Amino acid sequence: MEQFFQQLINGLSLGSIYALIALGYTMVYGIIKLINFAHCDVYMIGAYVGYACMTYFHLGLLPSLLIAMAACTLLGIAIEKIAYKPLRNATRIAVLITALGVSMFLEYGTMFFVKAEVRAYPAMTGWMTQSIQLGSGISVSMLQVVIMAVTVALMILLQFIVKRTRVGKAMRAVSLDKDAAELMGINVNSTISFTFALGSALAGAAGVLVGVYYNSINPLMGVLPGLKAFVAAVFGGIGLIPGAMVGGYAIGMIETMVDGYGNSLYKDAVVFAILILILIVKPAGLLGKNTREKV
Amino acid sequence: MKKFLAAALSVLLVALLLSGCGAKTNENEIRIGINYELSGAVATYGQSSVDGIMMAIDEINAAGGINGKTIVPVKYDNKSEPAEATTLANKLMTQDKVLAILGPATSGSFKAEIPVAEKNKVPVVTGSATADDVTVDLEDGQVVYNDDGSVKGLKEYAFRICFSDSYQGSAMAAFASENLSAAKAVIIKDTSSDYGKGLAANFLATFTEKGGEVVAEEAYVSGNTDFNGILTKIKGMDFDVIYIPGYYQEAGLIIKQARAQGITAPILGADGFDSPTLAELAGADALNDVYYTNHYSSLDKDPLVTQFIADYNAKYGKEPDAFNALGYDLAKFVCDGISRCETLDSESLKEALASTENFVGVTGSFSVDEKHNPVKSIVVIGLKDGVQDSSVKVSA
Repeated sequence: MEQFFQQLINGLSLGSIYALIALGYTMVYGIIKLINFAHCDVYMIGAYVGYACMTYFHLGLLPSLLIAMAACTLLGIAIEKIAYKPLRNATRIAVLITALGVSMFLEYGTMFFVKAEVRAYPAMTGWMTQSIQLGSGISVSMLQVVIMAVTVALMILLQFIVKRTRVGKAMRAVSLDKDAAELMGINVNSTISFTFALGSALAGAAGVLVGVYYNSINPLMGVLPGLKAFVAAVFGGIGLIPGAMVGGYAIGMIETMVDGYGNSLYKDAVVFAILILILIVKPAGLLGKNTREKV
Repeated sequence: MKKFLAAALSVLLVALLLSGCGAKTNENEIRIGINYELSGAVATYGQSSVDGIMMAIDEINAAGGINGKTIVPVKYDNKSEPAEATTLANKLMTQDKVLAILGPATSGSFKAEIPVAEKNKVPVVTGSATADDVTVDLEDGQVVYNDDGSVKGLKEYAFRICFSDSYQGSAMAAFASENLSAAKAVIIKDTSSDYGKGLAANFLATFTEKGGEVVAEEAYVSGNTDFNGILTKIKGMDFDVIYIPGYYQEAGLIIKQARAQGITAPILGADGFDSPTLAELAGADALNDVYYTNHYSSLDKDPLVTQFIADYNAKYGKEPDAFNALGYDLAKFVCDGISRCETLDSESLKEALASTENFVGVTGSFSVDEKHNPVKSIVVIGLKDGVQDSSVKVSA
């Protein structure tokens, strides 16, 4: 039983990361119906910005986290303005392929500057290295606590922005009906930019958290977590913010449980099998409603 | 006038293009291809090997070259990708007209290069590809001999100067049961590489043969970062050692997460652990009671080794690792072959390499056997607080 709870904690910390990344996918999809493949590379850039802050400027976790989030916000806005905005009225497939292009550009551009080798985050010191013992044999490291706490705090903040602020209201309006929102006087372009900014900030935070948790980063680190976060977003219902949270935690948990009780070799296969199953059985996702496509 | 200029320019352009094709061969040069992982997942192996190779080539050239001819290295980066390694091998053999190719460092990329070598009849030599079937085709994991006693499926143009995985896996199993008195082991293997799978199979075979029991076999693929699930699962089990056949990139993270979870059992590995990045990833505190099989140890007191360490330190300002030593030996080995060539071509170099006897290197003295493998001993290195603390010579 202790083992089960321990696995639960492992799964929650892994799931937090997926959830943070999945939120970016789902928000962008919700607003412009685009699967932004470059999103996972924004996460990677966030990890590198955090690495630079900690290694070269010797900043602590919190300042590094905030700087990485700010940098990713700017990057997210830049990607949207440069790559996607000119294609606003193009076909969806054109934008999708552009997204793949941006993704490759970021990956190999980063590789050019920082080299392809794996880098290790500086080791944590003080209370960050401690762990808490819960009962017999269950231990939660402070890093896991930090990851879960930061994730939950960011999710609450996001819910607040989306539900209680004017710009959040604008986001919801644009995602419901872009043309009607425009007629109501909402600036659609700046709302879309804002969505990219929010999603990218969350990805940046996830990047730094992964950096301190696993302390290994490389320019292609975004690919696999990116795909899994995408599965998480689809699992929960793409376009729905609560769906991404639920999906992220679910995928993290499933992965850990397959490791713990099944065959660790099939971990990734199980995650992608879920994607296929969901697409066949309930394409709108766990929390999604099946809506008829308007023609 | 304009037309004339255009015509003249295009003639010039064509001439330039034509002269660009085909390497200019120089009587006083011997061109050697270097096809290594200078970027990508296992970049530190490639870079380390090349540092060693360059040092050896510089030494040979400084001493007057081979029979008065200078060694000219032609260096390319295969990005740790087998497909890229194949393309580069082709380029080196057909365009750069090299006499032989050194590298790549890993088994997968080296094996991908061999068909190109067989086609162009140019020898390829690796310093660190340890998979069993690198130099021969195996049938059910065994070497098969022809009726005339020659090895069946021998890859005529492929050579290596390091021991194989079966030898390495078995040696570690012997070390675990004899030196560490381990009776129960857990294996966490990298299933995305031939290297990891080969080591795991041989460790398992020898360990059970010695009366031990493997209580669990877990798997991961290259690029994974979260091993907490696996580690929590094995934490509840009864075992004496953990064997991690894989590369430093993931092994470093497994060791870190295992120690963080309070798993204190000795952790064993293979030459894939040999990288300074291992200590950065795992942290020095976690690297206690960690042992791995290796080609060479800087703790060795052999005069040849101490001389090499001093020279390397003078040139690069750091301690050489096993890949540096293997790269150094590799270049010396090939140059030794070249100096024994009757005529300076790939065919006679192949013959010369195959008949190498008692080559003396930093990673041990060896002769090349009929399977194009060296016959040499192995060291087990023990780590304490992230640095090499002990080295024991073992044989399987």
